[in-house]
Amino acid sequence: MEASEIKKRLEELLSSELVWKIGEKQTGDGWVEIPLEKWTEACRLARDDEKLLFEFLRALSGVDRPGENNIELVAHLFSYRHRHAVVLKTKVSRENPVAASVCSVWPAAEWYEREIFDLLGVNFREHPDLRRILLPEDWPGHPLRKDYQQPASYRGIPTSRPAPEGSAS
Amino acid sequence: MTLIERSPEGAVAIGPIDKLLNLARKHSLWYLLFGTACCAIELMQTGGPRADADRFGMMFRSSPRQADVLILAGTITYKMASRIRLLYEQMAEPRYVIAMGSCACTGGLFQKSYAVVNGGDLFLPVDVYIPGCPPRPEALLEGLLVVQQKVAAEPWLKKIQGKVPAKPDPALPREC
Amino acid sequence: MSEILQSSGERQELVLNMGPHHPSTHGVLRFVVHTDGEIMRRAVPDIGYLHRGLEKLAEGCSWAGYMPFTDRVNYLEAMFTNLAYARAVEKLLALEIPPRAQYLRVMACELNRIASHCITLGCIAMDLGAFTPFVYLLRERETINDLIEELCGNRITHNYMRIGGVAFDVDESWLKKVSAFLYHFEPVIAEFESLIVANEILAKRMAGVGVICAADAVAWGLVGPNLRASGVDFDLRRDQPYAAYDGLQFSVPVGRDGWVHPDSVVGDCYQRFLVRVEEMRQACKILRQCIAALPSGEIMAKVPKALRPPRGEAYAAVEGARGEIGCYVVSDGGPQPYRVKWRSSSFSSMSIIEHISRGLMIADLVAVIATLDVIAPETDR
Repeated sequence: MEASEIKKRLEELLSSELVWKIGEKQTGDGWVEIPLEKWTEACRLARDDEKLLFEFLRALSGVDRPGENNIELVAHLFSYRHRHAVVLKTKVSRENPVAASVCSVWPAAEWYEREIFDLLGVNFREHPDLRRILLPEDWPGHPLRKDYQQPASYRGIPTSRPAPEGSAS
Repeated sequence: MTLIERSPEGAVAIGPIDKLLNLARKHSLWYLLFGTACCAIELMQTGGPRADADRFGMMFRSSPRQADVLILAGTITYKMASRIRLLYEQMAEPRYVIAMGSCACTGGLFQKSYAVVNGGDLFLPVDVYIPGCPPRPEALLEGLLVVQQKVAAEPWLKKIQGKVPAKPDPALPREC
Repeated sequence: MSEILQSSGERQELVLNMGPHHPSTHGVLRFVVHTDGEIMRRAVPDIGYLHRGLEKLAEGCSWAGYMPFTDRVNYLEAMFTNLAYARAVEKLLALEIPPRAQYLRVMACELNRIASHCITLGCIAMDLGAFTPFVYLLRERETINDLIEELCGNRITHNYMRIGGVAFDVDESWLKKVSAFLYHFEPVIAEFESLIVANEILAKRMAGVGVICAADAVAWGLVGPNLRASGVDFDLRRDQPYAAYDGLQFSVPVGRDGWVHPDSVVGDCYQRFLVRVEEMRQACKILRQCIAALPSGEIMAKVPKALRPPRGEAYAAVEGARGEIGCYVVSDGGPQPYRVKWRSSSFSSMSIIEHISRGLMIADLVAVIATLDVIAPETDR
């Protein structure tokens, strides 16, 4: 199915208008924007509907957009049976980043959501085990945010290295 | 100063005990089978058929209790640093540390990263630095031979009698 | 005496720590294993010991300058990660890649696939106790390292692909050397098979162990040889072709019951092992076709020196040795990437281990980790 048909099908299933966007020069991938309150429902319909059958969650990423004051959750989906792909996006606000988890739809999402929680600070409701995955448990802050500042030291190890003597810096 | 006298019963070598002990020690340096990133692959290739480290008496050991040399092969992250420190403290003296590759020497191309320690010498006393990204197996072998030279030059008896100061060890609060 | 020998009847769970320094974890991976004697109740993975912040580092580099970092995302398949990033940016720029560059990309990738499988298969055998096949394959890998060093200057972490093509061209002597290597290597695969593949101990340790059914494999996001061993016949090279794969003849091994050993079922560790052995053979076939069909021409498309892809985003995936390696790039029109995200196979493979490890023995966990081909850099990035 083409991207426009997939979007139409999702609109039918969710019975609401959806926006489809693509990059500036019409290059790259287009995406379908899902309202935040319908995120899990849209994902479940995308997986279960006969015409869509997106049973493979390729990737679930987070993109920090301080300019628009939100964090985007981007789900790349693929169907092995129909051999088509789609990109679904939803936006959570930066001040109160809470979204519903899609672990019940794809078990693969468990770790992806833990990573987004770890690096971007988005909380996922109904996630079975939401804790840091890549960074140590006591790490301050969420590094993938654009305004992240590195602390001066971590557990006694300095985070910067003095330049060697005689070098210009 | 080693004299070798040959007699019909065999050869006799006379020299300082240090020299003879170090001769034995340097030809039996066992390294810890430890590697984090890309340099670990080159470490494996160094132990492999072509650049064979075994001909210098260097075997890999999985347990730090049995190892003499800790080769920091690969990038060191903050999460890993306290565990590496634990491994180092479990090694029995005399122990040596080689920082293999740019990441272990100074943080390498990950210096600007938030999660990477900028060099193994920020929390371990490093004896030999081997630059490279990754260093070729021949470069790692050369580094191991430098450790051999260090071992050969050690005043061993004075060390165990405490007459030579221990090497400086950056203090690290143990919070593992 | 009988009071001492009588047990109280209660069972206690023993919590063991496996890693991050462990000879059988492939890299710095850690498992907290809850066992009841030898049988595991849970094996909880703990990752992040090699998290180097590669995704954040992209935001400080130029578009072309990020290429060396892509090697380190998975140093055993550096060509694939290079290619995934290059393809994602080329999608944004809508670039046409010259045909010679496409064939060179395929050749570099297939050589890298063989080299990566040498390590994987050697490590599987080594973790299960057979050390010799590992050094046999390391010897072959040295030859591949030499070939790749002649091609691009480095043995691993190649930095060979560029946005728009490849960095260096090849000449007849290199192609002759690759042919000579293939002539030497195909019998080595047969030798490896006779050495270890049908070995009863190896087969018994892996057949029927860690079975992952096709539905689970898809739902948990497994890709590549892991997915094919579970019975799902999908390969990006054949089904969504890129570079010069469209038109090359090769077969894609998929798991089937009773393959080599009668106890082996679809989705067990043994099938994951066998799929990789067969893939090495198919990679040799692809390389022979590329050497014969390599066209002449340019190796780089016309690309501006200072890259500024238009605002937008793109996802590009390649079929790496471990499966689909995907790169999702977001551009805001500037000279630096806005966001780069890596989709790696080891991240998903690691997440399924807790699910399938219930009821396995501790020794089986080693077989599962080795055959799922989980490596730390891909998991942690």
